[in-house]
Amino acid sequence: MKLKIWLTSAYVRGLVGQLVGTLLGIGFIEAIRGAMGLEPTGATFNLFGAIIAEPSFVFGAIVGVIGFLLAAGVFTDWLKWMVGKETPLHHGAPAGKPEWSRYLNVDVNHKVIGIQYGYTSILVLLVGGLFAILFRIELAQPGMQWLTNDQYNTLFSAHGIVMIASILLGVGAMSNYLVPLMIGASDMAFPRMNAFSYWVGVPSVVLILAGMAVGGWDTGWVGYAPLSLRAPLGVQLFLLGFWLNGFSSIASAINIIVTTVTMRAKGMSWFRMPIFVWAAVAASLIQFTATQTVGVALMMSIAERAIGLNFFSPVGGGNPILYQHLFWFYSHPVVYVFVLPGLGVISELLPVFTRKPLFGYKWIALSSLGIALVGFLVWAHHMFTSGMADALRVPFMISTMFVAVPTGVKFFSWVATMWEGKMSFETPMLFVLGAISVFLIGGISGPILGTIPTDLHLHDSYWVVGHFHATMFGGFVFPFFAALYYWYPKMTGRMYKESLGKLHFWLMTPGFWVMSFGQMSVGILGMRRRIADYDPLLGIERTHVLITLAALVIGWSVLIMVYNFISSARTQEVAARNPWRSRSPEWQIPSPAPEFNYDVPFEVVGDPYDYGLADAAYIQMTPAVSGD
Amino acid sequence: MEGRYMGKNKHLIIVAVLIVLTTLALKFLVFGPMFQLPVRASAEGTLIDTMFQGHFWMISFLFALIMVIMLYAVVVFRRRPGDETEGPHVHGSTVLEIIWTVVPVVAVIGFGVWGTVTLGQLLEAKPNEMVIEVTGKQWQWSFSYPEQDVKSPQLYLPVNQPVVLQMTSQDVLHSFWVPEFRVKQDLVPGRTTTLRFTPTLAGDYKVRCAEICGLEHANMLADVRVVSETEFASWVEERSVAIQYADLTPEQRGDLWHGAEGDGGFGCNSCHSIDGSTGAGPTWLGLYGRQETLTDGSTITVDEEYIRNSILHPNDQIVSGFNRDVMPQNYEELFAAKQAEILASDGIEIDIIADLIAYIQTLEE
Repeated sequence: MKLKIWLTSAYVRGLVGQLVGTLLGIGFIEAIRGAMGLEPTGATFNLFGAIIAEPSFVFGAIVGVIGFLLAAGVFTDWLKWMVGKETPLHHGAPAGKPEWSRYLNVDVNHKVIGIQYGYTSILVLLVGGLFAILFRIELAQPGMQWLTNDQYNTLFSAHGIVMIASILLGVGAMSNYLVPLMIGASDMAFPRMNAFSYWVGVPSVVLILAGMAVGGWDTGWVGYAPLSLRAPLGVQLFLLGFWLNGFSSIASAINIIVTTVTMRAKGMSWFRMPIFVWAAVAASLIQFTATQTVGVALMMSIAERAIGLNFFSPVGGGNPILYQHLFWFYSHPVVYVFVLPGLGVISELLPVFTRKPLFGYKWIALSSLGIALVGFLVWAHHMFTSGMADALRVPFMISTMFVAVPTGVKFFSWVATMWEGKMSFETPMLFVLGAISVFLIGGISGPILGTIPTDLHLHDSYWVVGHFHATMFGGFVFPFFAALYYWYPKMTGRMYKESLGKLHFWLMTPGFWVMSFGQMSVGILGMRRRIADYDPLLGIERTHVLITLAALVIGWSVLIMVYNFISSARTQEVAARNPWRSRSPEWQIPSPAPEFNYDVPFEVVGDPYDYGLADAAYIQMTPAVSGD
Repeated sequence: MEGRYMGKNKHLIIVAVLIVLTTLALKFLVFGPMFQLPVRASAEGTLIDTMFQGHFWMISFLFALIMVIMLYAVVVFRRRPGDETEGPHVHGSTVLEIIWTVVPVVAVIGFGVWGTVTLGQLLEAKPNEMVIEVTGKQWQWSFSYPEQDVKSPQLYLPVNQPVVLQMTSQDVLHSFWVPEFRVKQDLVPGRTTTLRFTPTLAGDYKVRCAEICGLEHANMLADVRVVSETEFASWVEERSVAIQYADLTPEQRGDLWHGAEGDGGFGCNSCHSIDGSTGAGPTWLGLYGRQETLTDGSTITVDEEYIRNSILHPNDQIVSGFNRDVMPQNYEELFAAKQAEILASDGIEIDIIADLIAYIQTLEE
């Protein structure tokens, strides 16, 4: 029974559908090519003796994704509409199947989808982390020990994009699970599109991983032209997987924005929303408006390789700098998509664990929008050494450093919240404190890259690697883990093991500090990014050993968390209804939350963070009104 | 009431003192040793390093500011066992929010002006600049000195002589970085980018390609020698001796063609080793007569015809384990031009591919 449910799950059906679709797509173009007697073009792939040309391969990959979505059942309702069938939303487990099977199949409930996003994010995080560990071991010593240059380049490129996929999934997990609960909605505005947003991310990750098997690629996650135009076949699957992920981002962002605008509880004005919702909306605004540009850049690269259109190669009159502009116009703002929800979690949890109101609620809320706005005006700082016009470099230098202002507002408001707070240090709070310290490292290592004279030395060095790992860990990974521990009782109804949570924290935080400062230190001495091997004469050998050891410690600590979550779901005691004494609405209902969240709609009657004020209420459960 | 305010001031004074002490400790004891810049060998480095020190002070101060307040609050205000009371009901302070918005704005503008002025100085053209043309290609650097009419795979620079690099790439993006000079500039195919600096310290350094450029990116290095003016002059003289092609055997010429572009070759050596080590292309050691398996599964024996075809049409027959589109596909034109040039200058007709084949035949295992 169990095995049968696994084997007939949407994941398995989808993967089979993807394989079949891919083969059909390849066969279709290859048949045309054969019929016309054309020679194969582009990179070729030897599939059991048959030589497959690059265009067939790309077409096959696209059809494969459609195959996945069809077989998994994501399109089923929409196809039924086309033939005029009624499709009432199905709630609960499929008939005759256990509750847990919902998580393996297409389900429209936002909490199920949020948890699906969550475990997929962790799984993908483990894969990306494994890649990092593999090449970190290689980097522990100068000289090539156990990887070839080719394998190294593919591993670091895949590490980048796989981690980004993981982060986007993690952001999806937090916003999908939390936003409807926090604003008092029964679900997202568009439940079917919500399911689509999640499920289209799965074949996209499959494509990226498959790219490693068909030659890999050596462009890094940025995929700069003209290198991407000469890279092995794997780069096509990377570009396509990345491109597909954009559908997920855009659809999910629209959903979050519409849900927040239209479905808030009675009395919940914008400045009475839980602060996390502000962060989710700001991040969604960026995803919704910036993703298209990178989609264009990726599709242009795919087309330039597969069908010979000429955009970026200077040989045919194209412009390689154009790619960088299009790419960073999305890829810089998207950094704030990664960190804003995490910073929202920090702001959300601090009042609960300090037992004080959030200091400067409006300033924190608006600083999220400020970061989102300024984030659109700074992309060219990734190109300070690219050879773009000198006159352009100065305005981008100034705008870049202005990001520090709204970010500073957040830091100062957080420490002001902690001041005189009655803090307790359960695992979620520890991760919040860790997040602030690590994001601080990321923040203070930024302006030195923003001023061009110092950037001329540090650009494309390991300082940059240290800087953005600190912003990603401080802005996403630590807060995400804090959120997982904090809402774990809400999701499962059980409490995680506190001792293991603390062990995780005390391994990961010092580990990360060592790794991050180590990376910055070797970078300033001359260690370049993305190199398989380095010159021992730079005097960086010992630090590299430390960085590798720290990376291993971080890796093990994450495995402890995974073990904690899996084992606690079975064995730990049932959690109290509101274990953190939070004022937030989602903690006023049973855990796990009922199918439609609030059996009775609530009304907002006060401020969300009035800790320390006797008898202050945030929400009031009102009796149900007759009718729907 | 008064006592409570005194208490508040006490906390603020302690925190302020701790912030100052921590800033100093971080700057001199932690970040100072942790963030060591390499040796400085250019005039530009002086300006840039001053700015680095300014940033290191800022980093020390900001880290101290947030961490001290945070850890102080954690230690001093933490909830004691059994204490179930809440914290003070403080919602915020508009004055404080305005202060910590405006002060960073001023700091940002200050650093912005500093950066702009410094950048202007770095970009300024200097009198008597020496022009050097830099070419990057996978995975080799070439330096050409138009005023001295010499080429070299190494970058020789007279000390204290301002130079301007005119750079371009033949294939993908590369980036010129000598950490000791502190400056960096990408090389972009299809356009010329410029980098100016003045080396000030004689010594040996390395150009390190800083933009991912494919398989051998890590190894795309070139020697930099900053030497005295007289040493530079004698080096130029040495490099200026024209090669007498007629005096060379085909095997010797093949050796020359295999070498770096800066040495008058075609840079085959950046991918094809002669010592058996693996590169982006098959090693030439023992190549002639070897059985190779191709990517389409067939096997061939390396002979003259195979080598000739692989040079002219590199994507035709790729040896298994290697990638297509790595080797340039314009050797036919390059060789024809070189052969015509030698015919004009030395009056002899040569076949570069035949030279290369003759050379490869000498590389027996």
